Amino acid sequence: MGQTFAQKVLANKSGQETVEIGEIVTVRPDHLLTHDNTAAIIAKIEDELTTYGIADRELPVIVIDHVVPASNEKTASNHKRIREFVKQHGIVNFYDAGEGICHQVVVAKGHALPGMLIVGSDSHTCTYGAVGAFATGIDRTEAASIMLTGETWLKVPHSIKISLRGHLTPPVSAKDLILQIIGDVGASGANYLSVEFHGDVANLSIEDRLTIANMGVEMGAKNTVFPVDDVTRSFLSRMVKKDWQSIWADEDAPYLKSLDYDLSRIEPVVALPHRVDNVVRISEVERTPIDQFLIGTCTNGRLSDLQVAANVLKGKHVNKWSRLLVLPASRDIMLAAAADGTLETLIEAGATILPPGCGPCLGAHQGVLAPGERCLSTANRNFKGRMGCRDAEIYLASPATVAASAISGVITDPRQVME
Amino acid sequence: MRVWKYGDDVNTDMLFPGKYTYTCSTPDEIIPHLLEDLDPEFATKARPGDVIMAGENFGCGSSREQPTVGLKAIGIEAVIAKSFARIFYRSAINQGLILIECPRAVDAYREGDTVEVDPERGIITVGSQEFKFPKLPPEILAIRDAGGLLERVRARLKERGRIDGKS
Ligand code: SF4
Repeated sequence: MGQTFAQKVLANKSGQETVEIGEIVTVRPDHLLTHDNTAAIIAKIEDELTTYGIADRELPVIVIDHVVPASNEKTASNHKRIREFVKQHGIVNFYDAGEGICHQVVVAKGHALPGMLIVGSDSHTCTYGAVGAFATGIDRTEAASIMLTGETWLKVPHSIKISLRGHLTPPVSAKDLILQIIGDVGASGANYLSVEFHGDVANLSIEDRLTIANMGVEMGAKNTVFPVDDVTRSFLSRMVKKDWQSIWADEDAPYLKSLDYDLSRIEPVVALPHRVDNVVRISEVERTPIDQFLIGTCTNGRLSDLQVAANVLKGKHVNKWSRLLVLPASRDIMLAAAADGTLETLIEAGATILPPGCGPCLGAHQGVLAPGERCLSTANRNFKGRMGCRDAEIYLASPATVAASAISGVITDPRQVME
Repeated sequence: MRVWKYGDDVNTDMLFPGKYTYTCSTPDEIIPHLLEDLDPEFATKARPGDVIMAGENFGCGSSREQPTVGLKAIGIEAVIAKSFARIFYRSAINQGLILIECPRAVDAYREGDTVEVDPERGIITVGSQEFKFPKLPPEILAIRDAGGLLERVRARLKERGRIDGKS
């Protein structure tokens, strides 16, 4: 019997020939991602850090991104504490506020490579499966323990295989595809499972794959992963000098279930409040009035997302009774969008550009909603209270749908405004 | 003992609102906001020994440990659900909070029933009915028995320190 991707990576990282599904293995991750929560993580182990130090100063990747710039004295003090920790322990991979959202930075700076095992104290750590890594979320306590020991345990998961066929038809995008999949599978449909994408993945860009892998956790997945191909290799060759070895499932690997998607049949969809798997075709909610539009986050704040939005909004204006917030996912993306005129187009159309970071996604600051308001967002979660107000509603869609709707102020099919 | 009953897909934003995640991390800071957007009564009325019963996918959403830290600190005896989301499940192990996956016990519960949990024997009693649940693997029990992941790591570091002659 062949082996799944998860079996192969976890065997490799636990120093064994092979591992069985369901087995619990002790592994040494290649990286540990933490963000603003680093302050709370190190607070748990102050004494141990003094006595024993950290296990490996190249292991952590720390990105301050969740509440940037600091919103109050408390968050400012957390950021300050993180900087002190980084200096004191000589942490090699540190990105301060303004660099971008952790999941964008980890990939764009070449910390996530094929065949790696990466854990992070953030549920969307699964994003790095886009470049062939096994990446999964853990909690703060576990992150603290890994800082000290460099190791943790994982259960070897069962896997599901999602086979893709054909091409998406723009303006239908990777976001519509993953929302459709989550709608079909359900919010817990991939619980504890490793989700492998197979088939015509060559038709998806790295940015598409990042959007898809990012949302795996919204169906409960432990990790989501794409095979490494020429698209991955050409993306990585631009910034990575290190060697890496890709790992992929055997042809006859065992799967709990298999799903098939014909990409040419995917249509624009929207996830309705307050569940990510509450997915409907856009025609069912067209003309729903929206107060705030958001383009950004670790799901859809990349250059191609901003370019798609700028194409839709060029020469037009955001509806008078709505507002549009745009957050590039990183400083590099913001720079590229400034250089090619994308930002200028968006600003002319009435968008407010926010600094690279998580911004309003988690409801801690910047663009919090009022009771009774509705937001149409490119983010990955629409839970009640997510954007800081329990009596507001969040709808999720693609950048093209959000941009098209921002012009009219009501949910609008992007196919109506783009040829 | 009181039973707090909730439905499917209780997510981490319901268990502890995201807006507090970077300002509240100690049990004292966490407890007043527990389940704030789901059940405003919970934070003031939950008592040690209470049990939570819920449907599928309890704890889905963010990697947010305030719910497991807070529920453990309040003294919640166990969370019994039809299924749990995985980051929440791991987090509960790390905090020493007992989670039990037992769909039949959840379905059997009627308002007013008493619920008792015997983790050693692997039995839940709901009213007059008994339900068996599988024991945790030894690797995981060891973490719980140590009083949580960090306690276990501390003990192991001390051990190693002695061997290395460090402390
Ligand atoms: S952008 Fe939103 S979902 Fe992504 S890491 Fe930040 S808070 Fe989490």
